[in-house]
Amino acid sequence: MPDRFPGYDVLSKRWTPSWNQKTREVINRRLALTNEPRYLTAEEFALVTVIAARIVPQPGHRPPVPVAALIDHQLDRDQGDGYRHAGMPPLQEAWRQGLRALNAEAQAAHEAPFDQLRTADQDALLTQMQEGKLKDAAWGGMSSATFFKQRLAHDIVHAYYAHPTAWNEIGWGGPASPRGYVRMDANERDPWEAAEVKDGDVEAARRKNRHVG
Amino acid sequence: MSDDPLLSPRAKAGRAPDVFAPGGWIPMHAYREDEAVDFVIVGTGAGGGTLACKLAEAGFSVVAMDAGPYFRPLEDFASDESEQTKLYWTDDRIVDGENPLQMGSNNSGKAVGGSTVHFAMVSLRFRPEWFRSRTLLGYGADWPLDWREMWRYYAKVEQALKIAGPVTYPWGPPRPRYPYRAHEMNAAALALARGCEAMGIGWTETPLATLSAPRGRAHPCVYRGFCTTGCSTNAKQSALVTWIPRAIAAGAEIRDLAMVGRVEVNDAGRATGVHYHREGGWRFQKARNVVVAGYAIETPRLLLNSATSRFPDGLANSSGLVGKNLMAQSNQAVWGISKDEIRSYKGPPSLAITEHWNYDDNKDFFGGYSYMSQGPLPQLWANTQMSARGLWGDSLMAEMERYNHVVGLKIVGEMLPQESNRVTLADAKDQYGLPIARITYSWSENDRALIDHSLRFMARALEAIDAREIWTQDDDTCHLNGTARMGGDPRTSVVDADCRSWDIRNLWICDGSVFPTVGGVNPSLTIQAIACRTGDRIKALAALGDL
Repeated sequence: MPDRFPGYDVLSKRWTPSWNQKTREVINRRLALTNEPRYLTAEEFALVTVIAARIVPQPGHRPPVPVAALIDHQLDRDQGDGYRHAGMPPLQEAWRQGLRALNAEAQAAHEAPFDQLRTADQDALLTQMQEGKLKDAAWGGMSSATFFKQRLAHDIVHAYYAHPTAWNEIGWGGPASPRGYVRMDANERDPWEAAEVKDGDVEAARRKNRHVG
Repeated sequence: MSDDPLLSPRAKAGRAPDVFAPGGWIPMHAYREDEAVDFVIVGTGAGGGTLACKLAEAGFSVVAMDAGPYFRPLEDFASDESEQTKLYWTDDRIVDGENPLQMGSNNSGKAVGGSTVHFAMVSLRFRPEWFRSRTLLGYGADWPLDWREMWRYYAKVEQALKIAGPVTYPWGPPRPRYPYRAHEMNAAALALARGCEAMGIGWTETPLATLSAPRGRAHPCVYRGFCTTGCSTNAKQSALVTWIPRAIAAGAEIRDLAMVGRVEVNDAGRATGVHYHREGGWRFQKARNVVVAGYAIETPRLLLNSATSRFPDGLANSSGLVGKNLMAQSNQAVWGISKDEIRSYKGPPSLAITEHWNYDDNKDFFGGYSYMSQGPLPQLWANTQMSARGLWGDSLMAEMERYNHVVGLKIVGEMLPQESNRVTLADAKDQYGLPIARITYSWSENDRALIDHSLRFMARALEAIDAREIWTQDDDTCHLNGTARMGGDPRTSVVDADCRSWDIRNLWICDGSVFPTVGGVNPSLTIQAIACRTGDRIKALAALGDL
């Protein structure tokens, strides 16, 4: 997919009035996360990495967002959402049980663990999970559809879009405090916002994005 | 000692954080635990924070407790969705029913200032007829309050918060000018306006509790768009930066990181104070009156958790209605793609509104709805695409690249009270050892009819402005009300018009729990208006010797 916001890097605003000190601290901590497990086992961590590559597939031409590390960090801090459906275990237990169940489903369907499957088979299993069609005993009382929507895909999507690399891809302005925005109408861009490629003119957008700051 | 407000209390030893100055402090009165204060208030949001101010200014001794931290927004708030989940009530809760509610980010705050720290600032008045919806409109329950009195209190709250609103409000009886001018509309709001004009209905700038001009030490809104993750510039007129500093200046004490687990009641059936958990242990604050203001989940949970042999079904519950008639509001949306760059992340998320369907009774369902322009931030938007539309993988990534072109309309819709929608206690316990809430919720036929009507109408409004690829998000809810309704009869209500419990006359409930119906507008202005009225009524009752 061609880059819609060529050269845009939200981090170029890190030392501008768009980022207050608290934001710098928070994002610096996030960027400093190493891609290794603290809560999950090595096997679980590898499995989350493989699943995340299906839910939020990333291009090969840039350093990947460490989704599994972000999930592991969430689990390590036991950072829940404030509710769970009846039958759903708390955060950490739900993840552990869901990962076990997904591998059990992969074994039952293909006689191999999930991360050994072809991507098409992985996607098929994830689709069945989303539709609530996976019912192996390993799920316990947990609905596979609820696990997908409230836990697995929910946490993966939140982890990915917590990362500046993902913000660049969608052309979001990113942190904005104390400097917010001035130009509010449609098609109006503040100089510290991403420029989108217009009429195929990649270089014009790149030029504008180089000056974002 | 740590200065992490999530780890150790800040409001103690005679001082509280100055929310307007990084690292700053203001002097605060400190009350003894073993000498009864006039009022201990549980919760410091739109209900408790407002009432703490009104009671302190009336000369009562007040201690107000909040389970959450005491933030200084200027130094504690990042421009970041993940970090700012620290504003939400994320303690464990169980949800069930046919339409289980999503809790946490969208409806539950845990901070001094409560949910007003992360609310979207939409400050609307009830339609007058809603206070007598049973008699005049044929559904729900009548309030024991007169709309004219409520409108006087609305005006007082609008002044206290310097609401920024339109010169002329298109619906309902005349109202005074809003104190501050309306905010400039962003592209998302202009899209709503164009859609309304194409459909032949009215629209206006949304009355918002964020400054459009300087006020004291707070600056005007800078349109950064992170409103629902906390305002880091103090433009938002939350309880944290309005009522609470006033309350402290008038002599109230705020205790942060203070989780109340039980209201104590003596043999005579009078409340005597609250047991609360702070700094690692359980403590007791004596009080002549207890006000429960924990919002529509924590309020009934505390009343139920405070059961005694004399009140085995929980406090204030002789009607059996504590926890029942929980009302969320429907929060469905219609989304589309514009050829224009909308960049709806700029500015407050709901800068324009139509209340047309709150005031037009030519409908095939009871109740009404407003709808507003939208500005979801990336995590929320990506999760909406995944959970409401089922997208993941390449289709999600491609959709997210069009984020800046998204335009949407979202309702705040009236859901009808049903006793089967309720808060009960689950077997599981929280970190304080207290039974957690189980929240049971199912939509009624009327709820579905309202939602269908709104989705059809908003889809046409988006089509009319040439948005493409229109789709509907049909599962969302917002706000929480009911569970301790007010009324004129002890058999069918929990509190009277003064928010005073029928059963225990020195126990009061002051938050969205007391709503008999919820209307089609955001509840915060009404909660604050009720709190102001309750403050005045308590003062009057005290003068009569009737406390």
